[in-house]
Amino acid sequence: MLGQIAYALPFLAEGFALTLWVSLLVVVLSLIAGVILGVGLVYGPAPLRWAVRIFSDTIRGIPILVLIFFVYYGLPAVGVHLQSFWAAVLALTLFKTAQVVEYLRGAVASIPKGQSEAAMAIGLTFRQRLAYVIFPQAFRRFLPPWINGVTDAVKGSALVSLLGITDLMQAINQVIGRTYEAMPLYILGALLYFAVNYALSYASRRLEQRFTFIRE
Amino acid sequence: MATSSSDSPALLDIAEVSKSFGSVEVLRSVSLKVAKGEVVTVIGPSGSGKTTLLRCVNFLESYDSGSIRIDGREVGFRDGGARQRRSEHDLAAMRAETGMVFQSFNLFPHLTAAGNIMLGLTKVRGKSKSEARAIAEHWLGRVGLAHKADSLPAELSGGQQQRVGIARAVAMEPKILLLDEITSALDPELVGEVLAVVRSLAEDGMTMVMVTHEMAFARDASSRIVFMADGGVSAVGPPKEVLAAETTNERLRSFLARFRASQF
Repeated sequence: MLGQIAYALPFLAEGFALTLWVSLLVVVLSLIAGVILGVGLVYGPAPLRWAVRIFSDTIRGIPILVLIFFVYYGLPAVGVHLQSFWAAVLALTLFKTAQVVEYLRGAVASIPKGQSEAAMAIGLTFRQRLAYVIFPQAFRRFLPPWINGVTDAVKGSALVSLLGITDLMQAINQVIGRTYEAMPLYILGALLYFAVNYALSYASRRLEQRFTFIRE
Repeated sequence: MATSSSDSPALLDIAEVSKSFGSVEVLRSVSLKVAKGEVVTVIGPSGSGKTTLLRCVNFLESYDSGSIRIDGREVGFRDGGARQRRSEHDLAAMRAETGMVFQSFNLFPHLTAAGNIMLGLTKVRGKSKSEARAIAEHWLGRVGLAHKADSLPAELSGGQQQRVGIARAVAMEPKILLLDEITSALDPELVGEVLAVVRSLAEDGMTMVMVTHEMAFARDASSRIVFMADGGVSAVGPPKEVLAAETTNERLRSFLARFRASQF
């Protein structure tokens, strides 16, 4: 049994690397898109606010699995053909972006109005106010739900196996198909997912402690 | 210290400013000139528009009609008559010319006392970190907080926070300092230390417009007192005139009577 699993380890490692790669792409892309749209939702003109609100509410109301299938099998109907890898990344990114928008909105809304006014009063421009006054304070409130979302993204990336992409989940299933050693392989998979997410949670807690400047 | 506005050109010129929130008229054609070096205190019942007027001077609030000029330049709208809002960049530059101190201090909680003062100096005035630090330390010394430069706001008392708030505003060398009920959120025993700082700035010739409920301070420290009621300037003049018991202004008389009744 162990021999067979050991033989499969390089294959599993490749799957694990792909899981990390998908997760990283989704996390980074959704962070960028989510912060931009989130700022639009809080500070933008009314049409932009509505557009972001509709986007966010729609995406968050759809099961992620439906979203993945929609992007991969649905979009070709309107002429958009994506490789399964990029279809999966796009679907997961859309899903995460909608969450980041909400985390950002909540974090920024929690900063008292007087902070913006004090920043205006000393002559800071809009961008400077965000960069030096609002975001540094909002960051601490943004971080915990966002890290939660990141661990969700790592776990959710297992869904890409459904498009036939060989991530950790798919690799494990294939090895089980050959070896019939379901239990040890699923435990191995669970441990790997857990290790990544535990490391992320730990890093998050350390960061939060570093950014504790408001006594509550 | 200038005591009248008629002989010198106005540094702050508020002319017929009106503003409504929906159907409520909060400012009704308010006009007020403040000369360089004057200390003008604004008193009046709550809801009379005092704070709104102050917030219009640095355009934290817009106004519907009239004009507000500082040193001849229209504050929120482009020069040249058309009521076109200034660009974000212009507005920021105009606001840097006025300092504001808030009732609730509004210090930046993630920055130290010195950091609060340095932010505007480095990002708006373009000073180097070390220059800004030296200025911050100078002003913290002026408000008696030299030893608190590296404390976070949460580590300071209310009175200390407000003194940092004042230092943050004056360190930018504003042409005019706006003070919005700056002692109203303080415990009574902390009011004195904050007012003492304001008084010393007045002695230095800082031009100030101060909304306050501290009548004794208004009486002793202002060049002129403005009494506002129902969104308009109801009375204006030197403290002795405005606070005179025999005033014929009914609104002012009842305001002062209520105020005197609350003293013991």
